[in-house]
Amino acid sequence: MSRIADCFQRLADNHQKALVVYVVAGDPSPAVTVPLMHDMVASGASIIELGVPFTDPEAEGPVIQLAHERAMRHRVSLRDAIAMVASFREQDTVTPVVLMGYINPIEAMGYEAFAALAASAGVDGTILVNVPPEEGQVLDKALISQDLDPIYLLAPTTPEARARMVFERTRGFTYYVSVKGTTGAGNLDIDEVTRRVAGFKAYATTPIVVGFGIKDGESAAQVARVSDGAVVGTALVSLMAANEQDPVRLRAAVTELVADMRTAMDAVS
Amino acid sequence: MTSTVEDNRQVASEVRAAGINEALTVMPDEKGHFGPYGGQFVSEILMTALAELDQAYRHLKNDKNFLAEFHHDLEHYVGRPSPLYFAERLTKQMGGARIMLKREDLNHTGAHKINNCIGQALLAKYMGKPRVIAETGAGQHGVASATVAARFGLKCRVYMGSDDIARQSPNVYRMKLLGAEVVPVTSGSRTLKDALSEAMRDWVTNVDDTYYIIGTVAGPHPYPMLVRDFQSVIGIEARAQCLKQFGTMPDAVVACVGGGSNAMGIFYPFLEDRDVRLIGVEPAGHGLETGQHAAPLSRGKIGILQGNRTYLMQDSDGQVLDTYSISAGLDYPGVGPEHAWLKDIKRAEYVAVDDKQALHAFRQLNRLEGILPALESAHGLAYAMDLAATMSKDEIIIVNLSGRGDKDIPTMAKLDGISLD
Ligand SMILES: Cc1ncc(COP(=O)(O)O)c(C=O)c1O
Repeated sequence: MSRIADCFQRLADNHQKALVVYVVAGDPSPAVTVPLMHDMVASGASIIELGVPFTDPEAEGPVIQLAHERAMRHRVSLRDAIAMVASFREQDTVTPVVLMGYINPIEAMGYEAFAALAASAGVDGTILVNVPPEEGQVLDKALISQDLDPIYLLAPTTPEARARMVFERTRGFTYYVSVKGTTGAGNLDIDEVTRRVAGFKAYATTPIVVGFGIKDGESAAQVARVSDGAVVGTALVSLMAANEQDPVRLRAAVTELVADMRTAMDAVS
Repeated sequence: MTSTVEDNRQVASEVRAAGINEALTVMPDEKGHFGPYGGQFVSEILMTALAELDQAYRHLKNDKNFLAEFHHDLEHYVGRPSPLYFAERLTKQMGGARIMLKREDLNHTGAHKINNCIGQALLAKYMGKPRVIAETGAGQHGVASATVAARFGLKCRVYMGSDDIARQSPNVYRMKLLGAEVVPVTSGSRTLKDALSEAMRDWVTNVDDTYYIIGTVAGPHPYPMLVRDFQSVIGIEARAQCLKQFGTMPDAVVACVGGGSNAMGIFYPFLEDRDVRLIGVEPAGHGLETGQHAAPLSRGKIGILQGNRTYLMQDSDGQVLDTYSISAGLDYPGVGPEHAWLKDIKRAEYVAVDDKQALHAFRQLNRLEGILPALESAHGLAYAMDLAATMSKDEIIIVNLSGRGDKDIPTMAKLDGISLD
C-alpha cells in the first residue's frame, strides 16, 4: 500500500482525522525546511504538502505569494524541493509528502524525468493547482507508472457531473477548496462545506480533505468533523514571515500551531 | 465599403467560391488546443466559469442580435472600417514595396484593443455580469475596457503593474476619468504578466458576478479563440480593402506581437491565402543576444503560464524570466498559443526588432507621414520598412498600425531629454 493509503488507514484505526500542513520549500530559508517538516510531524501533522516555489503563483493570496518570493530569492528549484524530500526521508519513511505547485517547472524537467526523480526521493504524489484533470492525462501516466498519486481538486463551483469525473481521476486523496478565492481568502462557511462534502461522499473514490480558510484549532476541528481532514497553509506561512530572522522562534511557533490544531481536531473526532 | 457585416459576408463567400481549404481556420479543437498549444491550465474554481463562457460564446457568435449589436458598435462607436492607407512618402524613402497602413490607430480610444472590448462587453451583458475586470500593460486595453464599461454601464476594475503605471501615466488618468478603478500590482516583475495574474485572482474570488475581459489572444480557452474572432475584423477589412484598391492580395502582412491579438486579428482572415506571407514582429528590447527582450517565439521554450501552453521566456528550472521592452504593451513573457502553432507549422514567420529600430521607425513615420504610431506598432513598422526595401515596387506590404502614440509621448520626451512639466 502507498504511504498515503497507509496514513488514512492508520488515522481511521485511531479515530483521527488527517491534519495536512503546507509550507513552501525554502521559506524562509532552505536550511529550515526539513527540520520544520520533522517538527510538524512530531506535533501532529499527518501529511505534508511541500510547496514548489514558482515565479507566478497565480492561485495564491498575498501571504503565500510572498512565501514563493522568499524561496525564489534563495533560487530554490523543483530539483531542490525534491532533494529536501529525500533528506526528510532519511529519518521519516512513514509520513506522506506531496509536492504542491504549478506545472511549468515539471513541464521544463520533463514528465518522465520528474516522476522518476520524485519517486526515488520518496515523494508520494502531486497537487498541481493549474492542471485540471482534462490537462493532466499525459502527466498522470508518468506519475502512476512510478506509483505517485495525482491528487486533484474540487471547488465550490464544481457541479456534480464534473465532481464525478474528478473522482475517476484523483488518487490518494482529493482536495476540496472550500471558498471561491485565493489561498488565505475569506471565511469558512462550514454549513456549505458540510453540505458539499456530504454530497461528494456518495460517490467519492478517495478520502476528502478540506482547505482554504482554516486558520486555527477551532476551524480545523469544524472541518475535521465533516470531512477526512483539514489543510492548513496560510496560517503556517504567516509564521514564516513573522519569524523570518529567528529560526528558533519560528520552529517553536510552528510546533505550537500544529499541536493546537491536532488537539482541537482530536477532541471532536 | 459600408459595413463590416457586408465585408464579412463578402470574404466568406469569396473563400467558399475559391474552394479554399478551411483547415487552418477551424482551430482550436473542442478543448481549446492549437496542436500541442493552448488548453485550460487553470485552477478548478475557474473550470466551470470557462465552460459557461465557452458555451455562451459558441451560442452568441451565431446569434443575429448579438452580431448586429457588435457590428453596429464597430461602425458607429469605434468608427470602422479603419482606412487602409498608402504611406507614399515612406514607401518612396524605402524604395521598394508599397507600404500600406491598416489604421487601427484611428479607432476610438486609439488602438485595436477596442474591437475586442466591444465584443467581450457584449458577452458580459448577454451573460448578465454587472462587473468587468481587465489587465493592462500599455494601458490601451485598460482604457478600452473602461470605455466599454462606461458605455454599457458596467462596474470596472483594471489591474496594472506599478512599473507600467509609471511609464504610461496619461492612460492611467484616462481610465480614472472613465470611472474605472485602477489597481497597482506590485508583485513579481510589476508589469503586464503580473497584472494578468492579479486579474485571475480577482476573477477566482468574484466569479459569480464578474466578467474577465482578457486583452489579448492569451489566457485559457476560450479566450484565445474569442479574442481572435473579435479582432479578425481587422484582417477581414484589410483583405477586402486590398482587393478593392489593387485587385490583388498583399504579398506580406506584418504586425507586432505582444500577446498577439492585433497580429492574430489581421492574420486570421489571410490564413488560407497561402501566398501571403504573415510576419509577426516581437520586441528584441536591448537585443536578442543580451537576454533583455520579450521575444518568446524567437528565443523562448515551450512552457505553461496563465492558462495555456505556448512559447515562454523561462530558465532551465521552468521559472519565468523577467522581460524587457521599451514598449509596455509588448513586454510579456508568453504569446498567444495560436501563434506558437502557426510558427511550428510555418504558416507564419516570427522575427524581432529592437528598441533602437522601433524608435527610428517611430520618428520616421512622424516626419514622413504625419502619423504618431504607438511604440508597439513601431516594431511592426520597423520590420516592414526594411522588408519593403528588399522587395519590388509592384509588391504590397500591409502593416497593422495597431495604435497611436499619444500615450508614449512622456517616454519619448524623456528619451529626448525634454521635460513636459
Ligand atoms: C497599440 C498596441 N499594439 C499592440 C499591443 C500588443 O498587444 P497584442 O500583441 O495583443 O496586439 C498593444 C498592447 O497594449 C497596444 O497597445
